[in-house]
Amino acid sequence: MLQDVTALQLVLSGDPALFAIVRLSLYVSFSAVVLAALIGIPLGAWIALTKFPGRQGVIVMLNALMGLPPVVVGLAVYLTLSRSGPLGAFGLLFTPPAMIIAQTVLVTPIIAALTRQTIEDLWIEYRDELTAMNLGPLGRVAALIWDARFSLVTALLAGFGRAAAEVGAIIIVGGNIEGFTRTMTTAIALETSKGDLPLAVGLGLVLIAIVIAVNALAWTARRAGERLAG
Amino acid sequence: MNMLTRRSLIAVTASLVFAGHAFAQDKSIVVASTTSTQDSGLFGHILPMFKAKTGIDVKVVAQGTGQALDTARRGDADVVFVHAKPAEEKFLAEGFGVKRYPVMYNDFILIGPKADPAGIKGSRDIVAALSAIKTKGADFISRGDKSGTHQAELNLWKVAGIDIAKDKGPWYKEIGQGMGAALNTASASNAYVLADRGTWLSFKNRNELGIAVEGDKRLFNQYGVMLVNPAKHPSVKKDLGQQFIDWLVSSEGQKAIADYKINGEQLFYPNASDSGA
Repeated sequence: MLQDVTALQLVLSGDPALFAIVRLSLYVSFSAVVLAALIGIPLGAWIALTKFPGRQGVIVMLNALMGLPPVVVGLAVYLTLSRSGPLGAFGLLFTPPAMIIAQTVLVTPIIAALTRQTIEDLWIEYRDELTAMNLGPLGRVAALIWDARFSLVTALLAGFGRAAAEVGAIIIVGGNIEGFTRTMTTAIALETSKGDLPLAVGLGLVLIAIVIAVNALAWTARRAGERLAG
Repeated sequence: MNMLTRRSLIAVTASLVFAGHAFAQDKSIVVASTTSTQDSGLFGHILPMFKAKTGIDVKVVAQGTGQALDTARRGDADVVFVHAKPAEEKFLAEGFGVKRYPVMYNDFILIGPKADPAGIKGSRDIVAALSAIKTKGADFISRGDKSGTHQAELNLWKVAGIDIAKDKGPWYKEIGQGMGAALNTASASNAYVLADRGTWLSFKNRNELGIAVEGDKRLFNQYGVMLVNPAKHPSVKKDLGQQFIDWLVSSEGQKAIADYKINGEQLFYPNASDSGA
């Protein structure tokens, strides 16, 4: 692909290489968001509801980590997964799982920090009811996450936006290998370096369209869910 | 963290590791190479032929020569295919490579704006041209990334008797990026830049840029290939890697390289038979 063609032609002709790239981008970013949600939502909720020494500092740290530079995360994951690094034996460097790990590290603080804020606000609002229901700490966490589920969609979308948009981490740990670890963002970086700016911009527009579509789907699902929940 | 989350976390981690193994088990090798071999489209041309013959997937990680050698030093590649002979020989001397095979050559060219502020267009003397650029203070973009092209550029300044680290002025801009990015920067700021011919031929965003100096024998650009030493890194797939090297230097591989053309112009000239290259 990608010789003297425009992105529009690639989309219209159903170019298999382009679709493989789009599929990999979505696979990597969705997997990272799922993993980050499994870690970040319980973590954020726990911090919201628990009193412990240094809690204010942890919250400040968590909020700050939302701004982790992708290139630094990429480098750290690279050094960890490299054959010469502590997890080198697994042979994960330059594979899609390496990219999922790097994006999970980037997305987890975003989901955890936004969850913490949402749950804490709810807790302040419903403290008396929840106390009256006589739930244990785990029960409270579960009840509040369930109550906040529609708001938490926004946290997941923020995480997905971060993952789908970043190039700094995955280009280091994935290696931008054609047909294997090349995603939308690394393909855009490559076409830019080849001086094919129109194709790079075209691919960028395709990426933006995909992100909008994902957000529209999530919004529709949230509205439908809210209506069902009454 | 509740039990369910913990279980799913373990399951996901396990599947990640398993997926990594699945990805690592197939018949494939990782080749650390330079941006010039990838951006010029050479790999896109020759790798499908190699795959058809052997069934081996070659995964190319395109970096500057310095970074590619470092990737290999860490054991993260099976084969390294670069263009900076002194750096390659150092890599061998350190014991990270098994043997260096010359593969092909092309040449560097000095790219510059049509307006030609240094007055060097059409010259065949790269050393005089660099001296003129410095004297006139004409804008010059340096890769600044320890790539093969960057090392060749530094060497040419030295040959011109210019200590660039000391003598550089605001006209000399080190951008620390790949060949394509350097050409984009030169294109946007009408500056001179040293490039490999392969990347230039396939580069599209030229604007006012054209070839200013070519044909000086000091602009020769040799590519070599090496298997990463399995004695240093047992994870190296030595049989598959050696198959790739053997194919590159075979008459079939050499012909595939010679056949790669853009607009009728040959990009790389095979010379595996020249043991001194």
